[in-house]
Amino acid sequence: MTERYDVLVVGAGPAGLAAAQAAASHGARVGLLDAQARHGGQVWRHDVRRGAPRAARKALDALARRRVEWLPQHQIVAAGRRTLLAETPQTAVRLVFGALVLATGARELLLPFPGWTLPGVTGAGGLQALAKQGWPVAGKRVAVAGSGPLLLAAAATLRRHGAHVLGIHEQAPATAVSAFARQLWRWPARVAQAAALRATLAGVPYRFGSFVRAAHGIDALEGIDIEDAHGSRRIACDMLAVGYGLVPNVELAALLGCATDDAGTHPRVQVDRMLRTSVANIYAAGELCGVGGLAAARIEGAIAGHVAAGAIAAATDLLPARERERRFARLLARHFALDARLRALADGDTVVCRCEDVALAALDGFDDARAAKLATRCGMGACQGRVCGSALAELGRFPRGGFRPPLFPARLASLAAADLSLPDSSIPDLST
Amino acid sequence: MNGYDLIVVGAGIVGASCADEAAAAGLRVAIVEPGPIGGGATACAMGHLVAMDDDPAELALARHSLHRWEEFADLAEAEFSRCGTLWVARNEAEAAGIAQRVARLEASGGEAHAVDAQALYRLEPALAPGLCGGMLVPREAVVYPPRMALHLVRRARQRGAVLYAGRAARRLGRAAVTLDDGTVLAGPTLVATGCALPELLPQLPLRPRKGHLLITDRYPGLLHHQVLELGYADSAHGHAGSSVAFNVQPRPTGQILIGSSREFDVADPSVSAPMLQRMLQRAFDFMPALRGLRAIRAWTGFRPATPDGRPYLGAVPGRADLWVAAGHEGLGVTTALGSAQLMLDLLLGRTPAIDPAPYAPARALA
Repeated sequence: MTERYDVLVVGAGPAGLAAAQAAASHGARVGLLDAQARHGGQVWRHDVRRGAPRAARKALDALARRRVEWLPQHQIVAAGRRTLLAETPQTAVRLVFGALVLATGARELLLPFPGWTLPGVTGAGGLQALAKQGWPVAGKRVAVAGSGPLLLAAAATLRRHGAHVLGIHEQAPATAVSAFARQLWRWPARVAQAAALRATLAGVPYRFGSFVRAAHGIDALEGIDIEDAHGSRRIACDMLAVGYGLVPNVELAALLGCATDDAGTHPRVQVDRMLRTSVANIYAAGELCGVGGLAAARIEGAIAGHVAAGAIAAATDLLPARERERRFARLLARHFALDARLRALADGDTVVCRCEDVALAALDGFDDARAAKLATRCGMGACQGRVCGSALAELGRFPRGGFRPPLFPARLASLAAADLSLPDSSIPDLST
Repeated sequence: MNGYDLIVVGAGIVGASCADEAAAAGLRVAIVEPGPIGGGATACAMGHLVAMDDDPAELALARHSLHRWEEFADLAEAEFSRCGTLWVARNEAEAAGIAQRVARLEASGGEAHAVDAQALYRLEPALAPGLCGGMLVPREAVVYPPRMALHLVRRARQRGAVLYAGRAARRLGRAAVTLDDGTVLAGPTLVATGCALPELLPQLPLRPRKGHLLITDRYPGLLHHQVLELGYADSAHGHAGSSVAFNVQPRPTGQILIGSSREFDVADPSVSAPMLQRMLQRAFDFMPALRGLRAIRAWTGFRPATPDGRPYLGAVPGRADLWVAAGHEGLGVTTALGSAQLMLDLLLGRTPAIDPAPYAPARALA
């Protein structure tokens, strides 16, 4: 089966929703796809108890009035020229596009430490998502740790679902967090947001310069060692939600041949000010261009949607707002920079690649991801190196590279179904 | 000047085997490898240890090598798994050839049995209905080639071999090799650079032959043997521009490795969707249950193919102290150990265990 769109948007988080709406407002035939069954992405994930956040509902309502075709549970597994191959629970679909907006977002950065693979230890955003989907956390003693504002949002969700949140352990020192807070007045909406979160979390200790050194338990988590300026102490808990920020999801962009900026620890998709990637007719918006947060993602989504539909003027109007939000993101990144001690938590026996059970010591002596992979199988598993690759880049070992189809594990029948390499010139080029 | 008894250029499975064999014989060995150990065709290979019976010379080399592989049957790094090889016949015509193939394999010292259709489905219940029996070669096995190459290089180094890692050989002189950093190594030289052979020895014709492989998630119990179609040799040894054949392997993890494709005159290493599609359709014809399995990775590699399909093993004609072991196409892992032994027999003037004539590089210049 083949479907054709003037503008195809990959990812239905805030950036993708905004892109679809903007492109459709100019009359383009728009397809909006996501691997999930519902719109919203990670940040606006539907909550079984509370539904979607109000901003998400508004974005959806706006979309409903436009000519946007919603393609849920579409996982992109391969890409060709002006074509994507998507797998659905039932079948495989070939999607042909005139212009493509990538809004693939980001994933959580997990860093290995002794005990991190115990059942009961999850990502911070990971446990938040699970709770929203109905995973039982009520009555559980949960420690939240890692870095960034995501910890507050995760803790608030967990508390609403009945978890006993023992504390939030932010690795950034108090001096850095208060310096950040002093700058916050420039973004009044953020002040209100932070205040609302703090109110939800009244009574939950928020510690700075504090991180999890190790997790303990026999078959499941029983307790964690917390380290701060006063030393190390053991606390008992049932769950640990720990995340160290976000990593851009650049895999699809890289597979399509879009250049990435590899200067930082994690690659991000290179775009110009109109959010054009290095490949003609392919645009990128939101976290995959560098983690910038929800507000930046929404603005960038709109810019990319307008440009993809050929409406340069509408996009240009939004550039100052984008710059303002990107400034905020830079401020955040600067003040929540990771403590070097976090990179030394894993010992030789700590498993780094969970798919293939590879311990950190097995990687000693390798300075190249491919050589290490061939010798140890690190990164060869079902996550395709998404978890261990980002962690190893953060640990200063070697970054992961080389993106090939299938982009995600895919049914063999899907890969056998579609010929992707046929060029398709029947779609008008809207952006030039 | 750094002097050695043997400079091995290239540390794929063939170069690593030669270096190991030479170090074991007491030679002072240098190994030159610009990339990861076993990072070329070795890294992309299936690691199936298999005797192909259609060329007597190739069969002799394979038989000798398979015997040598038994040394590593209990080595953890080899990930040696004796799954056996099951060749399946699509029709009566293919089934009719089985008796002769069994006879040839047994005459070479191997073990093989014809199996009827009923036995075939007992051995592999997931095979498509309507197949006409096949041939079981029970002692054959699979290994994990890149770790094996690494093991052989480590063992050679323990015996004194010196590894020039990250260095490429730029020029072959008279009993000398100049590296890309200007270092000159002196000594007899053995070139085992696989597909890169023409860079150093352009007089020996060799073409890269691209292949695709794909590995699934873990499905323990679905597949028990390495299973190939009897028509595989037509794809492997034919000269068609492109071909596919059914060839699946159970990894010890429960993953299934699926091949195979062959293409000449393609330089692009990227995974080709049409080729992958052809290869998978072929696999589904023989094993429909594969359709619903999840693939986690696909990759490609290039096999070093000589015009007659046999490797170059021996002295480079007209060049003193220059040797070559390359061009094993799809059988480099199977035949690496035997190739290394033959090379050392020739280098040291020992009586070779098998007749070296069919592999003599001089045949390419005749």
